[in-house]
Amino acid sequence: MTSRVRAETAGSSSRPVYELANVSKYFGERVALEGVELTLREGEFHSVIGSSGCGKSTLLKIMAGLTPPSKGRVMLSGTPVLGARPDIGMMFQQATLFPWRTTVQNILLPVEVREGRAAAEAAKRRALSLLELVGLKGFENTYPSQLSGGMAQRAAICRMLISEPNVLLLDEPFSALDEITRDFMNMELQRVCLERNASAFLVTHSISEAVILSDIVHVMSARPGRVVSSIVINLPRPRSLDMVTLPAFGEYISEIRNLLDTGAFL
Amino acid sequence: MSRPEQKISPEVTISELAIADTVWTEKVSWVSLVPRWVSMVGLLLLFLALWQIVTSAGIVSQLILPSPGDTIRDLGFVGRNLISEDYMLVAFWVTAREVFWGFILALAIGVTLGVLVGETTFGERAVMPYIVAIDTMPKLAFAPLFVAWLGFGIMSKVALAAFISVFPIVVGTAAGLHATDENARMLFKSIGASRLQTLIKLKIPSGLPQFFTGLKIAAISVVSGAIAGEFLGGGQGFGELIRVAASQLDTPRVFSLIIYLSALGLVMFGTVSWLQYKFVFWHRTSNNIATKASH
Repeated sequence: MTSRVRAETAGSSSRPVYELANVSKYFGERVALEGVELTLREGEFHSVIGSSGCGKSTLLKIMAGLTPPSKGRVMLSGTPVLGARPDIGMMFQQATLFPWRTTVQNILLPVEVREGRAAAEAAKRRALSLLELVGLKGFENTYPSQLSGGMAQRAAICRMLISEPNVLLLDEPFSALDEITRDFMNMELQRVCLERNASAFLVTHSISEAVILSDIVHVMSARPGRVVSSIVINLPRPRSLDMVTLPAFGEYISEIRNLLDTGAFL
Repeated sequence: MSRPEQKISPEVTISELAIADTVWTEKVSWVSLVPRWVSMVGLLLLFLALWQIVTSAGIVSQLILPSPGDTIRDLGFVGRNLISEDYMLVAFWVTAREVFWGFILALAIGVTLGVLVGETTFGERAVMPYIVAIDTMPKLAFAPLFVAWLGFGIMSKVALAAFISVFPIVVGTAAGLHATDENARMLFKSIGASRLQTLIKLKIPSGLPQFFTGLKIAAISVVSGAIAGEFLGGGQGFGELIRVAASQLDTPRVFSLIIYLSALGLVMFGTVSWLQYKFVFWHRTSNNIATKASH
């Protein structure tokens, strides 16, 4: 069962970053993921939406090289994904900052692990400018316990960006934040992606979050986890929060909601 | 007096009515207003008074329970003996050495086994069941074996003290290494961290709180282990002094020896707590924030 991509729009000329072909994952008898096909091109923002247990987090883990697929092929920048890759950045629902490290040490962790302490020291200036970018200037030497939830997630964004990844894999990164902060963080995320022409793949529970951020929204259904539809969002960039009042926005929302409702009873 | 306030017309705002501010006092337990040391000293004095009443009224024989006065007098005697570097100080140092080396031995073995069990699949699958099995055995029953293997000297006491206190360290270390947050492990995997890097930069620091919890339990039980070793295998330590005093029905002496012995446990516990305070500083700061927020 392949996904039904309704339109190959939005710059199919740009080079593909991620190519997934017939990706499936079985846990024993249980089919967690079945025949996922998708192409993420340079500079595109894709979202995956679906009810809990539809396999969207499994899909993200497979893409990140954290767990192998049972079937199918995952290519990233033309090379097969056979383990963790340095050219991706990941973010999770929890900020996962380590309390024994200062904010800047947390941000430099990927550099320290991959290239050693000296390289981390050399990258410090880049870390400081990233902190400034997300509005955390002056917090570099504080410990995470002194940061609020939104500030901690912003520090996690810096940590994701420190190794200058081409692709961002985001597992419900802001769902633990309150709605006001989340809206703001989503706009920050868009700005970061547009500035660097980075591609992003977001797993989310929120339909409006998916629509406001994405070029394509993949709607998934559970048992077996598969992409039932991929919807192209034709709203101009950069997106702004007041676009939620546009009629087109509402139409996308109701279309996705209908798909989710039918998926839920399959 | 009529009560016209019962029906306030919507046009009249509350500020226009001459109603007093609704300031009222929260109920606070009066104990919380007393300084902590006053409560502690007060409880101690109450306890001593009850003790004095029970003994001087003859409810309990003085042979079984000495009066507080006798005990305090004997505390002074033992204290003078310790300061004048007499035989009791020699005995105290024997026990202190047993406790110290027992703890060091337990720490070395406990951390090694804990890392084996917590970090390797082999350790978790094959070694852990045996550790649990031995932990459930009555460990004091091994004392005669240690005497048979290591003699009546200090070594058999060190061995028993270490044997009794090693298990909390194994469990604390292993549980600490297992306690790592799932997301944190995924993050380390996604940035391509090696197993050693994950252990050093993630699992060990995040496991320190559990490790220190085990270490605190061990620091207290190691004293019991050394004393039990002396009870069951002779020797020249404080445990032997207690045993002799008890056999002579010198109960004030037993009490005062136990009180001085507790200093040893306090030093052990205090040292471990201080190390925890130094090494797990992030728990300290988050606690500070919690107290700040509640004020």
